Amino acid sequence: MARYLLIESRDPLDSGDCEHFYGLAAALAEEGHATTFFLVQNGVLPARAGAKSGALKTLASAGVEVLADEFSLRERGIKPDRLATGVRAAALDFIVDQLADGCKAIWH
Amino acid sequence: MKALHIIETAYRATLEEQDDPVVWITHAMKGAGADLGVVLRGNAVNYAVKGQEVAPLVFGARKQKHGPRLADDVAGLIGKGVDVYVIKEDLAARGLDGDELIDKLKPIGRAELPGLFEQHDQVWHW
Amino acid sequence: MANKKTLTFALMDPPFENARTTTALRLIDIAARRGYDINVFAYEGAVYVPFALQKQHPNAVHGHDVEAEDHPLPREWVGALIKEAEKNGGKLDWVNCGLCVDERGAGESIEGVRRGTPADFWNMASASDNTLVIATK
Repeated sequence: MARYLLIESRDPLDSGDCEHFYGLAAALAEEGHATTFFLVQNGVLPARAGAKSGALKTLASAGVEVLADEFSLRERGIKPDRLATGVRAAALDFIVDQLADGCKAIWH
Repeated sequence: MKALHIIETAYRATLEEQDDPVVWITHAMKGAGADLGVVLRGNAVNYAVKGQEVAPLVFGARKQKHGPRLADDVAGLIGKGVDVYVIKEDLAARGLDGDELIDKLKPIGRAELPGLFEQHDQVWHW
Repeated sequence: MANKKTLTFALMDPPFENARTTTALRLIDIAARRGYDINVFAYEGAVYVPFALQKQHPNAVHGHDVEAEDHPLPREWVGALIKEAEKNGGKLDWVNCGLCVDERGAGESIEGVRRGTPADFWNMASASDNTLVIATK
């Protein structure tokens, strides 16, 4: 089974296209592919606890690993203790690691 | 290597480019020997609609010779042997049905995307 | 280097318009520090990222003269990344799509940037360990 890295740079409150990308991550995980959803730029905004993060919780329940770029979080004042459940902060290096490892990487 | 181009953004700079830049680069890469598939999703499903008409832009005395012909360009990819998939749910959401679309498209449901991805070495979302 | 990889990136955004540009440079920086071979295919507005005629300016809103503002110039960042990759045993090959350069009048790029075509992107991607397309919206 392939591994997938879906990089979401957009905020679902700002961009209606995000719904399909979130759904794609869940679908890949449900088919048994190891799938990571990496939030970056405004894509981290739903990762603040209390934001409308239902879609992120759904991803975590589907077995998708949900990570958020530390830099983007700090840039937006989202502190580590204010991350939504199921989201973990990570360095952008993770993306380069996964690319180097041959993971199929898709940017949105 | 086989790569899948997912085209989502539509009508961005198509008037001044006289092309969709991603449909265009797909043609160029195919011409260079690339093995490519295309998925039209989101607003880009509208590229498959027949009868899109663009009058050339005229600003002052400068008249454009021709506007983009996006449906023709998508059909051209099919003619070159590129499989062009279109997402059924996105067509339905936009009130589009088969009669309005160019021929030889491959409609697929969103749920079929993981399987399609597995048939490609790279998936590039434009 | 046993763990040396080759990565290709395709970019589309011009500088100063979107966060995608700096995120892409951050990714390239990480790869450069690792000594990877890195290919960048700059398509559409991204051909302006290494544009040689970018110039700093003061910022009266913040009371900064040119020196105090020290406005970043993406062309300097690209130049620095080319050097960084080389310093670590790798290479950054930045290719500007030639037709995109022509239609934008962006022909003056910094040293180390070359002109190319979509065929270059396909060839670079085919020869890479992986490719990431960071398209515009």
